[in-house]
Amino acid sequence: MTDTEKQTDTSSIELLSFRVGGQDYSVDIMSVREIRGSAKATSLPHAPSFVKGVINLRGTVLPILDLAARLGLMAGEESERNVIIVVDLGGRTAGLMVDAVSDILAIPTDEMQTPPDLAADDARTFVSALTIVNGKMIRILDLNAVMPPQDEEAA
Amino acid sequence: MSDPMAEIRASFFIECEELLESLQDGLTLMEDGNSESETINIVFRAVHSIKGGAGAFGLDDLVHFAHRFETAMDEVRTGRLAPDADAIRLFFTCGDVLADLVRAARDDTPLPESKTEPVLAQLDALVGAQDEPEEEDFDFTPATLSLDLAGGDLAMPNLPDIPGLPPLDLSQDDADPTLSKTDAASGLKGFTILFKPDASLYASGNEPLYLLRALRDMGDIEVSCNTDKLPNIAELDPELGHLEWTIKIATDEPMEAVREVFEFVDGLCVLEISPNSGGSNESLDGEFETASALPTCAPLTTADALEKEVKPLPAETALPDIMPAPSNVEKQDPSEVSPEPVEQQKPTPPTDKATETTKTAPTQPRATVRVDLERVDRLVNLVGELVINQAMLSQSVTEAGLPPNSPVSTGLEEFLQLTRDIQESVMMIRAQPIKSLFQRMGRIVRESSASVKKEVKLHTIGENTEVDKTVIERLADPLTHMIRNAVDHGLESPEKREAAGKPREGRVTMSAQHRSGRILIEVADDGAGINRKRVREIAIEKNLIPEDMLLSDNDIDNLLFMPGFSTASEISNLSGRGVGMDVVKSSIQSLGGRITISSVEGKGTTFSISLPLTLAVLDGMVVKVGDETLVVPLNAILETLTLTDDDLKSLGPDTHVVQIRGGFVPLLDLGAELGYRPPQGKYVGGTVLLIGQEDGNRAALAVDTIEDQRQVVIKGLEGSYGRVPGIAAATILGDGQIALILDPSDLVSQASGKTKQRNASVPLVG
Repeated sequence: MTDTEKQTDTSSIELLSFRVGGQDYSVDIMSVREIRGSAKATSLPHAPSFVKGVINLRGTVLPILDLAARLGLMAGEESERNVIIVVDLGGRTAGLMVDAVSDILAIPTDEMQTPPDLAADDARTFVSALTIVNGKMIRILDLNAVMPPQDEEAA
Repeated sequence: MSDPMAEIRASFFIECEELLESLQDGLTLMEDGNSESETINIVFRAVHSIKGGAGAFGLDDLVHFAHRFETAMDEVRTGRLAPDADAIRLFFTCGDVLADLVRAARDDTPLPESKTEPVLAQLDALVGAQDEPEEEDFDFTPATLSLDLAGGDLAMPNLPDIPGLPPLDLSQDDADPTLSKTDAASGLKGFTILFKPDASLYASGNEPLYLLRALRDMGDIEVSCNTDKLPNIAELDPELGHLEWTIKIATDEPMEAVREVFEFVDGLCVLEISPNSGGSNESLDGEFETASALPTCAPLTTADALEKEVKPLPAETALPDIMPAPSNVEKQDPSEVSPEPVEQQKPTPPTDKATETTKTAPTQPRATVRVDLERVDRLVNLVGELVINQAMLSQSVTEAGLPPNSPVSTGLEEFLQLTRDIQESVMMIRAQPIKSLFQRMGRIVRESSASVKKEVKLHTIGENTEVDKTVIERLADPLTHMIRNAVDHGLESPEKREAAGKPREGRVTMSAQHRSGRILIEVADDGAGINRKRVREIAIEKNLIPEDMLLSDNDIDNLLFMPGFSTASEISNLSGRGVGMDVVKSSIQSLGGRITISSVEGKGTTFSISLPLTLAVLDGMVVKVGDETLVVPLNAILETLTLTDDDLKSLGPDTHVVQIRGGFVPLLDLGAELGYRPPQGKYVGGTVLLIGQEDGNRAALAVDTIEDQRQVVIKGLEGSYGRVPGIAAATILGDGQIALILDPSDLVSQASGKTKQRNASVPLVG
C-alpha cells in the first residue's frame, strides 16, 4: 500500500491524521487528493448504509463514504463542520467523510506496529498499522478495505 | 510506454490500421471495376508498407504473409494477372487475414497457421508458384536494405513516423566514418566555407557571430564578409539578411564536424563547405533546397569561391558552365580512396534528406493529429462542466434581479453562445466517419456469405457520416448480428433468386445519414422479405403469442424482436442461436436509439436504426421524488398524465394498475422503488410518466412533480462507484447538485410494484 520507493529513501511515511467517531485515524498522504468541506450528497438507491451518496467534484461524480458508519463507530453529529477527504486508490476516487482533519505526521516506518489480533472488533480489518504520537494512538487506515468492493455493488 | 521501441511499435500498429483501411478502399474500388494502375498501386503499397514495418519489428508471420500477398498484387500490377471477381474476392480475404495478423502481432497472440495456410494456398493457385523463390529473394532485399542503410529515408513515404528515426541515425553513423576517412585520405587541412544566411535565420533568433566563434574554436579562421548585396541605406530592409561570409578554416577536424557547427541553422542558409586543398574540390551542398529556391545564390563552385572570394555572385553568373564540374570531381575523388559502394552511399543520404524536406515541407499531406481518446474525453468533461457552470451563472444573474439589457446579461448571453459552440466543436472531435465500421461489416458479409454459400455484395452509402466514436464502437456487435441475419435469413439461395427472376448475387445495403439531429443507419437486403405467415406460426409455436391474437403486419414484423424468436427452420452456425434480434434491439436501446423494421414480400427487408448524435448528452425530463431530483430519459417516456380516480385500480394486496385507454399498466412508485421512501399509497391527482419498454411492455412511474425538460450532460457512475440498479448514469444540474439518470427498463424489470402503505413498516433500503 505504501510507496516502496519512499520507504527506502527516507524510511518514514507521511500521514494525514483525522478524527472520526471519536477516534484518531490516519491515511498515507500520498493517497490523499484534496480535503474539502462537506456538501449535500445525492443519495444512491440500493446502496449500503455507509455510502452517503455522490457529490459533484468539479465535474466528476464522487462517491462519499461515511467513514464512521463504515468502521462501525458511533456516527458523530452530521454537521457543516464535517470534512471530506478525497482519496485516490488505484484509479478509484472516493470521498471519506470524517469529523475533522488534525495534522500531518511523519512516522518512521520502524515505529509502525501491526495491530493485535482482536477478532471481535470490526474496525480491526480496516486498520493496517498502529503508531503512537505524543502519547496518542494513531490508527493507520487500510484504504483498500474501506473502499467497497466493486463487484458487491453490481450484484 | 517509456520504452521508445514500444512507442514506435505502437504507432506502427496505428499506422497499420490506416494502411488496412486504404487497402480495403483500394480493393473496393477494384471490385467496382476500377482497375487503374493507381488503384492497384494503392493496394500494393499498403501491403508493402505493412510488410516493411513488420520486418523492422521482426514480425515474421506478418512479413511472410504480406510478402505472398504482395507478390500476388505485383502480378496484378504488372498485368500478368487479371483482377477478376474471384481474384478480388481472394484479395479481400487476404486483407482480412492480414488484418488478423496485424492484430495478432499487436496483442502478441500468434494466429494459428490454419487461418493463413488455406488463403496462402489459394494465392499460390492464383499466381502459379512458378517463380516464387526468386521473387522472395528479390523482394526481400529492398526491405532489409532500406532498414539497415538509409531506411528512414526510403521507408519514409510509406511509413512517415514509424521506423524512420532509428534507422536514420544508423545511416548517419554509417556515413560518418566514410566521410572522415575520405577527408583524411585526401590529406586535407581545412575547409572553405561559404555561408549565406537567409532572412529566416535571423528571424529564428540565430546569430552568425556565434557560428563564426564556434568555427574559430576549431582552428585558425580567416573570415571575409561580402557586402555586395547590401543596398544603400534608404532601401535597406533591416529584416532581411544582406551579408554573406566566406570563411577559410585551417583545421584537422573532419568535414562533418565543421558541418555540425551549422547544424542549427540547417535550412536557414546557403552553406557550402569545401576542402581547402587546391587539387580535390569537394562541394557538398548542405542545402539543395534553399539553393534551388533562390536562383540568385545558386551553389557556388569551390573553385569559383576560392578565386572570387569577395565577389562570388557575379562570377557565378558569368561562369555557368562550371556547374557540372564539381560533381565530376566529387565522383572521381572518393572513388580513388574508398571502395565503390561507399562512394555511392555517401552522397545519397543528404541528398535524399534534402529532397525529402522539399517535398513534404510545402504541402503537408494531411493536417491531422492523433490524440489520445482520454484527452478528448477530458475535454468533453470539462466542456460539460463549463455548460453547468454557465447555467449556474445564469441562474444567479437572474436571481440578482439585473435588468435584461445590463452589460452582465448581454455578456452572459454571448458566453452562452460561445459555450454552445465549444460544446459542438468538442463533440465533433469525438465524431468519426462510420467508414471503419462499414468496412468491418464488409468482412462479415464476405465471411457469412461464404459459409452459407450465397453470393452477396455489400453496398455502402454515406460512409463518411460522422458518428460519435463510442457509438461506433458499440454499434459493431448489433450491426454484425443484423448483417449476418440479412445474409442468412434475409437473402434467398442463388437458385431461389434465379427462380424469382432476381440476379444470383444478393445485395445488402448499409447506409448512414444524418437526419434531424440523429443518425439513421439502415441495413437492407433485397431478399424475400419477411414471411409473415411463418413468423406468426413460429411465435405461436414458441408460445410467444396466443393463438388467436390479432396482429397487423407491423406487429408481426416486430415479433422478430421478441426474446427467443428465431425463424430459420434449420439452425445455421451463423445466426439462429435463439439470441437474435432482441439482443440487437436492447443494445440499440442502450445507446438511446430506436430500431424499426419494414419489409415487402419478395422485395426485401429493411432495418432502420436511429441514434442520438452523441452519448455525452441526453434529452431528459427532470422530475422530483421526495427530496431527490432525477432525470428520466425522454426517449423512454411515452406520455405523462395526471391520475384520476377512474384510472387507478387496485390489484392484489400491494399493487395498483393504471387503466389507460382500455389497457392496464402496472403502477410503480419511483420513490419507493429507489428506496427513498415507503410507498405513498395515494396516487389520485398525482403525476405519472408512462414508460415504454423494449418488449413493448409499459409501466407507469409515479413521481411528485415534473420540473423541467432539458439536455443533460451524462456522467458515468461505473467508473467512480459502480453500477447502481435502476440507474443509468448521473448528471450535474444547474445548481451544482448531482442528479441521477434513471434506467427505466432496468428499474421496471427489478420493480417490486408495491404501491400500498401497509408495507410502510418494511424497510426498503438494502
